[in-house]
Amino acid sequence: MAGKVITVTSGKGGVGKTTATANLGAALAAEGARVVCVDADIGLRNLDVVLGLENRIVYDIVDIVEGRCRLRQALIRDKRLPELYLIPAAQTRDKSAVSPSDMVRLCNELREEHDWILIDSPAGIERGFRNAIAPADIVLVVTNPEVSAVRDADRIIGLIEAEEKGPAQLVINRIRPGMVRRGDMLSPEDVIELLAVKLIGLIPEDENIVTSTNRGMPVSLNGKSRAGQAFRNIARRLNGEEVPFMDLEEDGFFGKLARFIRPGAK
Amino acid sequence: MGNFLDRLLGRDHRSARQAKERMKLVLIHDRTDLSPASLEILKDELIAVISRHIEIDPGAVEINIAQEGREQRLIADIPLRSVRRRRVG
Repeated sequence: MAGKVITVTSGKGGVGKTTATANLGAALAAEGARVVCVDADIGLRNLDVVLGLENRIVYDIVDIVEGRCRLRQALIRDKRLPELYLIPAAQTRDKSAVSPSDMVRLCNELREEHDWILIDSPAGIERGFRNAIAPADIVLVVTNPEVSAVRDADRIIGLIEAEEKGPAQLVINRIRPGMVRRGDMLSPEDVIELLAVKLIGLIPEDENIVTSTNRGMPVSLNGKSRAGQAFRNIARRLNGEEVPFMDLEEDGFFGKLARFIRPGAK
Repeated sequence: MGNFLDRLLGRDHRSARQAKERMKLVLIHDRTDLSPASLEILKDELIAVISRHIEIDPGAVEINIAQEGREQRLIADIPLRSVRRRRVG
């Protein structure tokens, strides 16, 4: 069966696209799928450091497109997960070095030997974004529960529909359950109502993201992390499983106490 | 009870609610590329055109954008002046 292409995009920068791409890639590969992550953010390469593969880059996506290497030579294999590969972005070029049809051609070749091709899109709504969604079968939009990220997500969801790549599915990242409970952060329900799209993942704010990114180790491989669990849940949903959305409330005495005092609040 | 609790805890004024109300309006205008000011102009022009054919009450005309999922719809509520009232007046 030919592989599927998932593009991870957002509109606004800094909401967690690269983290989501790396973690979904690792979670899918940990379940035994053959996965390749493609960094489409040309000129601002980062997926390599998040995956901890930055020291092994020889060729990049522009080298493939311009014929300086064969596809196989640019695939970097992850040592922890032998079925996880990375195609890094070029760091010294810009987005115009690759066209949407280059991306379609590259992904068609990758589909033959991989189950999932995950594309990390650059922020913005220009060429880099169009490159990233051109080959997509599924588009995931990452947002945070704050006004600028939600507004940009709405823009990008409209553009995805216009390119006939929809309906986009939403990942709400960096949720702080305590703030939501106090009424000081948009709740997942608020964000879904505003954007009117299907939800595929809720990721709580989690310090483990910072520490695991420092180490170049995807948090989804950390059994104890709540964010890691949330990413593994998305991977299972992509595989067609029905997985209930996790209860984001922090456990422990104070979380329970707060819920006891304000039972109506979610 | 829920409402009472909300008020007691001051949750009505919480920032998330404000964020949601602001975003509702912003997203409508982003999606339609129609600002509140241009909606007013549209309303005045509609009133002018319709008044040429039928007598309406310009002060009672309402133009709004309604949402169903990701679709927007322009809703115009235009009360007509009844013929009988006009004779009396």
